[in-house]
Amino acid sequence: MRSGIFTPGTRGTRWVAAGAAMAMAGLLAGCGSGGSGGGGGSITAYVYGDDAVKVQQAAVDSFNKTSDVKVKLVSVPGTDYVNKLRSSMGSPSAPDIFFNWGGGSIKPYVDSKDLVDLTSTVKNDATLKDGFLPSIMTAGSLDGKIYGVPMRGMQPVMLFYNKSLFAEHKLQVPKTWEDLQKAITTFKAAGIIPFALGGADKWPELMWMEYLLDRIGGPEVFRKIQNGDTDGWGDPAVLKTAQTVKELIDDGAFGKNFNSVDYGNGGAPTLLNKGKAAMHLMGSWEYSTQLGKAPEFAEKDLGWTAFPTVAGGVGDPANVVGNPTNYWSVNARTKHKDTAIAFLKTMASKTYAQAVVDNGDIPTTSNAASLLSSSPNPEFANAQYQMVQEAPSFTLSWDQALEAQYATPMLTEISKLFAGTTTPEKFVEAMKATR
Amino acid sequence: MSHHTPAKRRGDRKAAVGNVGRPPVGWAVPGILFFAVFAIVPLAIAVYLSFCEWDGLNSPTPTGLDNWTRLFKDSEFGQAAWLSLLLTTISWAFQTPVALLLGVWAAGRQRSRAVLSAIFFIPLLLSTTAIAMLFHALLDPNFGVIKEIGPWIGVDPNVMGSSTGALLMVAFVGGWQFMPFHTLIYQGGARQIPEVLYQAASIDGAGMVRQFFHITLPQLRHTMTTSSVLMIVGSLTYFDTVLIMTKGGPGTDTTILPYLMYRTGFQTYDLGYAAAIATALVVVATGLSLILVRFSGFGSMRSTREGM
Repeated sequence: MRSGIFTPGTRGTRWVAAGAAMAMAGLLAGCGSGGSGGGGGSITAYVYGDDAVKVQQAAVDSFNKTSDVKVKLVSVPGTDYVNKLRSSMGSPSAPDIFFNWGGGSIKPYVDSKDLVDLTSTVKNDATLKDGFLPSIMTAGSLDGKIYGVPMRGMQPVMLFYNKSLFAEHKLQVPKTWEDLQKAITTFKAAGIIPFALGGADKWPELMWMEYLLDRIGGPEVFRKIQNGDTDGWGDPAVLKTAQTVKELIDDGAFGKNFNSVDYGNGGAPTLLNKGKAAMHLMGSWEYSTQLGKAPEFAEKDLGWTAFPTVAGGVGDPANVVGNPTNYWSVNARTKHKDTAIAFLKTMASKTYAQAVVDNGDIPTTSNAASLLSSSPNPEFANAQYQMVQEAPSFTLSWDQALEAQYATPMLTEISKLFAGTTTPEKFVEAMKATR
Repeated sequence: MSHHTPAKRRGDRKAAVGNVGRPPVGWAVPGILFFAVFAIVPLAIAVYLSFCEWDGLNSPTPTGLDNWTRLFKDSEFGQAAWLSLLLTTISWAFQTPVALLLGVWAAGRQRSRAVLSAIFFIPLLLSTTAIAMLFHALLDPNFGVIKEIGPWIGVDPNVMGSSTGALLMVAFVGGWQFMPFHTLIYQGGARQIPEVLYQAASIDGAGMVRQFFHITLPQLRHTMTTSSVLMIVGSLTYFDTVLIMTKGGPGTDTTILPYLMYRTGFQTYDLGYAAAIATALVVVATGLSLILVRFSGFGSMRSTREGM
């Protein structure tokens, strides 16, 4: 029996092809101890390919005007970025500079000694040392060492809400757990979902865990886990967090359908802008998402605030979680380390910060405050910048803070907790057992 | 028989000039090389990796049987194997009867049937990704079509949020896409059945239902084996639809083996263990195909037309 190229019979071959790709990556890794890529007079920089690339491209262009060694920017499409970076880092064609999320996203490269330790460079250079917000610099470091220089906007997670729904039901924006409970009861009675949640995508559920744990047990609990101590999951605050999640679900705080709602494809954000849900815990990009989907709503009705306190919790309500920013790291095998560092310094410049602002993002440089008035929405930009500037701690998203080998099972366990296929107690046990 | 069919003519020539019509072994070299480089070698490397620990960055380090002992103890692997089995069974039970009936019906020579067959064929021409995204949008509980028509047909709009519902939907979407292919196989099979059998049965007074059960079904035995093997191997390696429609959720309730392999290999970067899962999958799929072929008598190539 012969089967055509599109028939189910060839699915097997597709996997074999995937196996071939894996195998070739293996062969490359085996002989990949040669020099880094970008020979001659240029260095290569990998960047996550999205709308913000034009900002980095402009920086590269102006840097190249004065530099002998040219920077070549390679924009890797977002969905392929992590895999592409990973397979090329083990090969002779590795980039000299590359975009990353700090924390666990660079841990494997630090472990395999592929990164330049920038700690002393930053300490001895006034531009880099004072150029960025301190909480941002710490958030991206590993074991107290700096491996990255901030290069994009900040993305704290905030509680977004529908202003008219709150006005209509005469509710205050929740500052405490009691306010939150009252809002849940009121909205439920009115047939409105209290919180939109894109459970099908899994990562939006993570944001609830992050904030709840921070408010209940403080940032130290996760910091311990991030430093490699899986027993940290045994902290009573983690169990309390999981139990609180279960209470919220049982209480109908996320409605009944959240397991099949996603963030992309207009799921959760559409619930908020159509008035079917009252609040949405989401990264600051929610603002631009709403601006794209429902401009009128985004400009008039979209409100934002900090995550409320949790009864009996010890965490500072000014703490923030999310993505502090993205960083450039330098490959230890680069032939032009000085050029790479010179390029990194331009990230602290006012010109670059202004370009980030013009793109609608909030730079993490210390000089950003004065630039925000020229942002497309100064009110939102200032609120966001202030929130981060005043935060005693900025916890990096757990899935970025942990290495993939821990982060993926964690996301799976969290989605099981939200789907109700595991209990808070079993969740804690499973997390303690992650290898 | 006074006229020669092209096949016959070739046969004659072959008889006349010996082995000339048959190309020498050399012709198979490109095919064999291609198969070796892109199938045999990667498969061998995957088997080798299944005895290693490898994160994709450093060199693989052999760890003996670690991955394999872990495989047999891993409750997640157990669940994934069970879900794969379930999905395979559901897909087979759903696709076979429908494809069989449609195929037999489409075997008729009327123009109307030809037109409808062409329409039925369309899902197979669409990309799996496009189909999965389409159904993903249709099944959105708040803004999808399912919200409007779900209650009418007794389907909960939150079907993708329930464990059973999500698995059934994945099976349904896969069936919807691949049924035309199996219909085509059955159509071809049914057209091969000699007309005389039906003529004889009619003379003996057998009705349509009887003819179907006593002529069509037995005659389609080998077609059924072919189609079933393809279906089973296809379902065991089913991946794209799960990735796009459910991401293995809710929780892990649609995490079938290929998806577990993907997650382990390309999200957790535990490539050694992923290779063990992949190897296990190859062994199971090959084993199942062999068993099926053996027990259906397909392997011995026994004719369905003995005594004719």
